Amino acid sequence: MLYDVEQVRVDFPILGTEVYPGIPLVYLDSAASSQKPTVVIEAMDKYYRTSHANVHRGVHRLSELATTAYEGARATVARFIGAAEPEQIIFVGNATEGFNLVAQSWGRTNIGPGDEILLTEMEHHANIVPWQMLAQEKGATIRYLPVTDDGYLVLDKLDEFLSERTRLFSFAAVSNVLGTINPVWELVDAAHRVGALAMIDAAQSVPHMAVDVQALDCDFLAFSSHKMCGPTGIGVLYGKRELLQAMPPFLGGGDMIRRVTFDGFLPNDLPWKFEAGTPRIAEAIGLGAAVDYLSSLDMDAVHAHEQAVTGYALESLSEVPGLTLLGPPGDHRGGLAAFTIEGLHPHDIAEVLDKDGIAIRAGHHCAMPLHHRLGLNASARASFYVYTTFEEVDKLTRALHRARSVFRLN
Amino acid sequence: MDANIYREQIIDLYEHPLNFGHVENPDFSYEEDNPLCGDVIRIEVLLGEDQRVTEVAWSGEGCAISQAAASLLTEQIKGKTLDEVKAFTSDQLLELVGVPLSMARVKCALLSLKVLKAGAYGIPDAGTMRQHD
Repeated sequence: MLYDVEQVRVDFPILGTEVYPGIPLVYLDSAASSQKPTVVIEAMDKYYRTSHANVHRGVHRLSELATTAYEGARATVARFIGAAEPEQIIFVGNATEGFNLVAQSWGRTNIGPGDEILLTEMEHHANIVPWQMLAQEKGATIRYLPVTDDGYLVLDKLDEFLSERTRLFSFAAVSNVLGTINPVWELVDAAHRVGALAMIDAAQSVPHMAVDVQALDCDFLAFSSHKMCGPTGIGVLYGKRELLQAMPPFLGGGDMIRRVTFDGFLPNDLPWKFEAGTPRIAEAIGLGAAVDYLSSLDMDAVHAHEQAVTGYALESLSEVPGLTLLGPPGDHRGGLAAFTIEGLHPHDIAEVLDKDGIAIRAGHHCAMPLHHRLGLNASARASFYVYTTFEEVDKLTRALHRARSVFRLN
Repeated sequence: MDANIYREQIIDLYEHPLNFGHVENPDFSYEEDNPLCGDVIRIEVLLGEDQRVTEVAWSGEGCAISQAAASLLTEQIKGKTLDEVKAFTSDQLLELVGVPLSMARVKCALLSLKVLKAGAYGIPDAGTMRQHD
């Protein structure tokens, strides 16, 4: 089936809008947050208009409808990432909360002085700070697997960085700055060989390619809804059942308990043990609709489309004078291109592009340590998704030439 | 289409900053970064006997707006008393910059003033940039 990007674009109302009078939106910031198709917006709207009530406790009809829709979304997400059971899908606020949940619940129970947590130099702050907080509390050590100057993990050093002291290896499947697609199987396997758990930051992979958690054999995996056509405010933590079962609750309150007395509480079953308080019902329904939408596009087709756009972008960008691309050369990359331009600060690049209606990200993209490792304070990043066209890439390239001339670099 | 925040003067100052460098034995100095965009500015000030700014220099790196604002600000406070420096307002600096700025870019423009005020009010300088020079 041919991927019809123009047909896809019709599904996203915001893509038909103008940023300034006469200047249509060119949205190249999907790695930060994607736009939303009509089906997602309408699913949430319909829920609020026709079937909203609190879940899991009502006897009445609306509560039953809401519960069915909420739990249905969980099952949809479970199928999408190949989880064995819906109970292994914990709805959290975002990928960040997924890491915090594992650090606070699994980590505080299983990490002690002298234990090591292995991360990589290319991680997002969400996969660094929760472990730093844990390590500080427990006297544990964090190590970082290095990256090469062209953006690959130094796999040769895995044996040096993993040992029987390593309790967890947590890493990004796809770098949100470099675009590197990491050899996830190999990394999970290496962690397991020394008896460590493997957690995957899938925030930049689940939205863009088919992911199967059972095939990967990862112990935990986290991603955010808003980067995959879904609403903000919800994300997913997947975990192996026996691990989740053994972990203490993260937040306490209603819905996460089976029984409460003045003396204590008995936690609820999975997955509700980890979902304290009234959950994100509308958001889960929106995420379910987003997953259905992406499935209808076919994730392999989505990935192929993004690879084509990214390949074209890398080629076009290489013709901009003074531009240095971050990350690996070649086309086996996630759908993004971060770069710097000699004599032009990323912030200024983004500002000039904005006047042409082009939205890109400028800054450190929540990866300050990686930028410092690369000797940079900031970079500019264009990122691509299901709706990105070759024409938009051309507009980007033209605008970059224009930015250079505004700064008298021609 | 028009990138009018990059009026000629801003680009001129970006290319040829004023008062860029260091002051020997400054009476106060301060340095701060804007972690959002990685911009960093250091300001060093030497006061005369009547507490007037006799020498001022700034260093650092960042976008055109933050760099131009630092030039304009340091130029403006030469000969001013410490009290006048402390009384210098954000609005005065934005007026000097003289281009319409979005909320995000206002922070870029005001970074140098934040640094100057911190130094003027005697907050200890924990900056490390000078050692890198």
